[in-house]
Amino acid sequence: MDIFLQLLVSGIAVGGVYALIALGFVLIYKATSIINFATGEFMMIGAYFFYTFMVYMGLPAIPAFIGVMACAALLGFAVERLVLRHMLGQPTISIVMVTIGLSSILMGIAEMLWGSDFRSFPAIVPRAPLIVGDIVVRSNLFYGFVLAVVVVIVFALLFKYAKVGIAMRATAADQSASFSMGINVKAMFTLSWAFGAVAATLGGIIIGNIGGVHPTLGHIGLKIFPVVILGGLDSIGGAVLAGFIMGIIENMAGGYLDPYFQGGVKDVAPFVVLVLILLIKPYGLFGKEEIERL
Amino acid sequence: MSLLAVKNLSLSFGGLQVLSDVSFEVVPGEVFAIIGPNGAGKTSILNSISGFYHPDEGQILFEEQDITRLAAHRRAALGIGRTFQNIALYRGMSALDNIKLGAHSHLKSGLLASLYYWGPAHREEMALRRKVEEEIIEFLEIEAIRKLPVGSLAYGLQKRVELGRALAMRPKILLMDEPVTGMNAEETEDMARFILDINEEHNMTIVLIEHDMKVIMDISDRVLVLNFGQKLAEGKPQDVQQHPEVIKAYLGEKKARDGHIPSAAR
Amino acid sequence: MRIGDFKDSYVADEAVFKTPTVRFWLGILFVALLIFPFVAGNYWLYMANLVGVAIVAAVGLNILTGFAGQISLGHAAFVGIGAYTAAILTTRLGLPFLLCLPLSGLSAAFFGLIVGGPSMRMKGLYLCIATLAAQVIFEFIFVHWESMTGGIRGINLPAPSILGVSLDNEFKFYFVTLAVVVICVTAARNIFRTRVGRAFIAIRDRDISAELMGINLFRFKMYAFGISSFMAGVAGCLWVNFLRTVTPEHFPLMESIRYLAMIIVGGLGSILGAIFGAIFMTLMPEILKNTLGLLVDAFPQAMGYLFPLQQVVFGLLIVVFLVFEPHGLAEMWRRLKDYFRLWPFEY
Repeated sequence: MDIFLQLLVSGIAVGGVYALIALGFVLIYKATSIINFATGEFMMIGAYFFYTFMVYMGLPAIPAFIGVMACAALLGFAVERLVLRHMLGQPTISIVMVTIGLSSILMGIAEMLWGSDFRSFPAIVPRAPLIVGDIVVRSNLFYGFVLAVVVVIVFALLFKYAKVGIAMRATAADQSASFSMGINVKAMFTLSWAFGAVAATLGGIIIGNIGGVHPTLGHIGLKIFPVVILGGLDSIGGAVLAGFIMGIIENMAGGYLDPYFQGGVKDVAPFVVLVLILLIKPYGLFGKEEIERL
Repeated sequence: MSLLAVKNLSLSFGGLQVLSDVSFEVVPGEVFAIIGPNGAGKTSILNSISGFYHPDEGQILFEEQDITRLAAHRRAALGIGRTFQNIALYRGMSALDNIKLGAHSHLKSGLLASLYYWGPAHREEMALRRKVEEEIIEFLEIEAIRKLPVGSLAYGLQKRVELGRALAMRPKILLMDEPVTGMNAEETEDMARFILDINEEHNMTIVLIEHDMKVIMDISDRVLVLNFGQKLAEGKPQDVQQHPEVIKAYLGEKKARDGHIPSAAR
Repeated sequence: MRIGDFKDSYVADEAVFKTPTVRFWLGILFVALLIFPFVAGNYWLYMANLVGVAIVAAVGLNILTGFAGQISLGHAAFVGIGAYTAAILTTRLGLPFLLCLPLSGLSAAFFGLIVGGPSMRMKGLYLCIATLAAQVIFEFIFVHWESMTGGIRGINLPAPSILGVSLDNEFKFYFVTLAVVVICVTAARNIFRTRVGRAFIAIRDRDISAELMGINLFRFKMYAFGISSFMAGVAGCLWVNFLRTVTPEHFPLMESIRYLAMIIVGGLGSILGAIFGAIFMTLMPEILKNTLGLLVDAFPQAMGYLFPLQQVVFGLLIVVFLVFEPHGLAEMWRRLKDYFRLWPFEY
C-alpha cells in the first residue's frame, strides 16, 4: 500500500509538470494548427539557459529565472517570425517537418555549446524532502510541482479573463472571424508561440532541476505527445488533466513493472498508452472531431 | 420512379440548424436546380447526398435504395458523381491524371497488381486511357492542356477538368456545385452547353446548385428554392420565379410588389 | 536540344522512358553501375552499398510521406525491425538470405500496421505521433527483449550466400544491393502509373474530395504505410547482412529524422528525389567527418563535435529545403535538364 501511495504522489507531482508543458503545446496547436515537435528542445534549451545564467554568470535564482523566461519568449518569437512566417500557405505537414528539423538543430547546438555531460543546477530550493507519513517527495520535485500548478492556474486565469487571453482563444477558435473583429491575428500567433515556449522552458527548468541537464532532456519532451493525445489535441483542460494522469500511469508502470524489464518502463509506458488510446478513443478524453468544410 | 429521393432531411452542427425537413425527388433524365441565398444549406444537401455529412434525421434514397448510412467512399461506385464549389482538383497531378482518378471506383488493380504493373494493371490503364481520351477529353475540348499540371490552368479550364473527373466516375446522377460561378459570359455559355449536352446525349440526371439565374432558367427542368435550410418552393423555373415567398426572400418586402426576380440576381 | 516529341499510341505515351534519348542515357547509367564495382576502391564500394540500402528505405518513406502525405517518424524503427527479423531468422532458423528479404519486409509491414493502423482512421497528423510511439516502443523492445534480440550486444551474423556463392565482401554484395534497388525503384514507379498511386496523391492533396471520388481512405492509407514499412524492412535485411551485425543503437530517432531529411532534401513526391536524397544524406556524414578530420590539427577536440554537428546540419537541411526549395534536388535537376533540353533557345 505504501508503495502505491508513494508512486501515486510522485506521479501527481511530475504530472503537474507535464500538465504545464502540455498546456503550452496545445496552445500552439489550437492557435496555429501546428504540432510543435521542438517542444522537448525548447525545454532543454530553457534548462541550459538557466544553468548558464546561474553558473556561468553567477546570477541568483530569481533574476536567472526571469532572464530565461525572457529568452524563452524571444525564442518562441524568433521561431515564429523567422521560420514559420515564410511557411504560410504551405501544407501543414511541411510546417510540422520544419519543427522536426528545428528540434534537431537545437539539440545539436546545445551539445556543441554545452557538451554532452550531465549538469546540475546549484540548489535553488531547500534540500529537505517533504515527508508525509511514509511518503517521501524529493524537494526538487515538490517545489517543481507547486511552481507548475501555480503557472497553470495563472495561465488559465489569463485565458479566461484577460483581454489578451480571450483574443488568443478567439484566434484559436476561428481565425477569419477574429481577424474581422479587429484582432491582430499575426500577433496572436507570435504570442501563442511565445507562451508555448515559456511553458516548455519552465517545464525544462523544473525537470532539469530534478534530474540534471543534458542534451537528451528533450526526449522527455516527447512524452508530451501521449499526454496531449490522451487529453485531446485541441483541449487545454484535457491537456492539464491528462498531464496528471500520465504522470501517475508512468510512475505506476515504472514502479511495478521495472523489475520484469530491467528498467526503462517509465519512458516507454506513455507511448504504449498512446497506442491504446488511438485504438479505443482516438480523440482523447476531451478532443473534438473536426468539422470540415467542403 | 425517382432516381434520387430526399425525405425529411434535417442536419445541424452544434447549435446551428443547417437543414430542416427538406424533401424532394429527382426523376431520371431531368436537370434539377437548387437555388437560394448564401448559407441557405444548398451545399449541405449535396454533401449529405455524397455522404460527407451525416444527417440527424431523414432518408436519402438512390434508385429506391436507402443510402443514408452508406459510407461516403462507396457512393461513387453507385453512380453518384460530384463537382465542388471550391475546385477540389489534385494539384500534384496533371489534368489527365485527375480525370483518370474519377474512374477509381470502377478500376480493380490492387496493391500487388500495381507494383508489378505489366499485366492486368497495364491493360486496365490502357483501356482507361482510351476511354477517357475519346469520351471525355475530346468532348470537353481539353486535349491541349491534358498533360499540364492543374495548378497552372486558368479557372475556367480547371472547372472543366473537374467536370471531366466527375464524368469519369460514370455517374448516373451528377451533383454539380456552382459550376459556372466566377466565369465570364463565354465560359458560362460553354459550360452550360456541356451540361446540356451531357444531359441530352447520355440522358444524365443532373442536380445543380447555381446563382446565375439566366443559366438556371435556360437549362433546368425543375427548381427547388431553399432558404435558412428550409424548402421555400419547388416547381418549374417560370413558376418558381413568380412565387411570392421566393421573391420576398431574394428581394425583400418592398420590391416584391414589382414582380419577378431579375434574371441576373445573385 | 530535343524536338519532335510525338507519340502515335497511348501505350507509347504512357511509357515511363519516352524518347530514344532518355532510353540511351538510361542504358549508359546501367552500364556505368555495372562497371563501377570493378573500378572503385573498397571505401567507395562500401559507401555504395550503404547508399543502396538508404535508397530502398528512402523510396519507401517517400511513398508514404511524399506521395500520400502521411509523415512517419518511425522509419528507422521499421528498418530495425527488418534487420532484427533477418538476423533472428538467419541465426535461429538458418533461413537463406533470399528468403529473408521478403520476410523481413513482411515483418516490418506487419508490426507497422499494428502500431500505425488505428491512427489511419483519423485525418490530420495522428500517424506522425503514432509512428513516434512506434519508434520509442520498438527501441525499447530492441534493448529489453534480450532473449530474442541479444539486448545491447545485439546479434552477429555469418556472411549471407546466394546459390552457394558467399557474399563476404563489398564487391559481391554490391550486385545484390543493386538488384534490390532496381526492383524496389521499379515497383515504386509502377505504383504511380495506376489507380493506387493516384489515390495516394489524392489523399495527400485533398483527402475529403478523394473520399467522395470513391477512394477508401483507410484502406489506401494502409497500403501506403504497408508498402513503406515493407521497403524499410527489406532495407534493414540488406543492411544487417551487409554489416553482419545489429545492435539497438543503430536505430534511434535521429535516424528516422535522417530518412525524413533524405526525402525532403531530395524532393518530396519524387522517386528520383528519394534517390538523390539518399545519396546526399548518406555521403553527408562522411563529408562532415572528413571536414572535422581536417580541423583536428588545429582543434584536437574537433571529432567530438561530429554527432552534434550532424544533428545541426540535418536539421538545417530540412528547414532550408522546406522553406526555399520544397521540391528539393529533384526540382533543381529538372530545371537543369529543361535548360539543356531547350538550349540554345530560352523557352
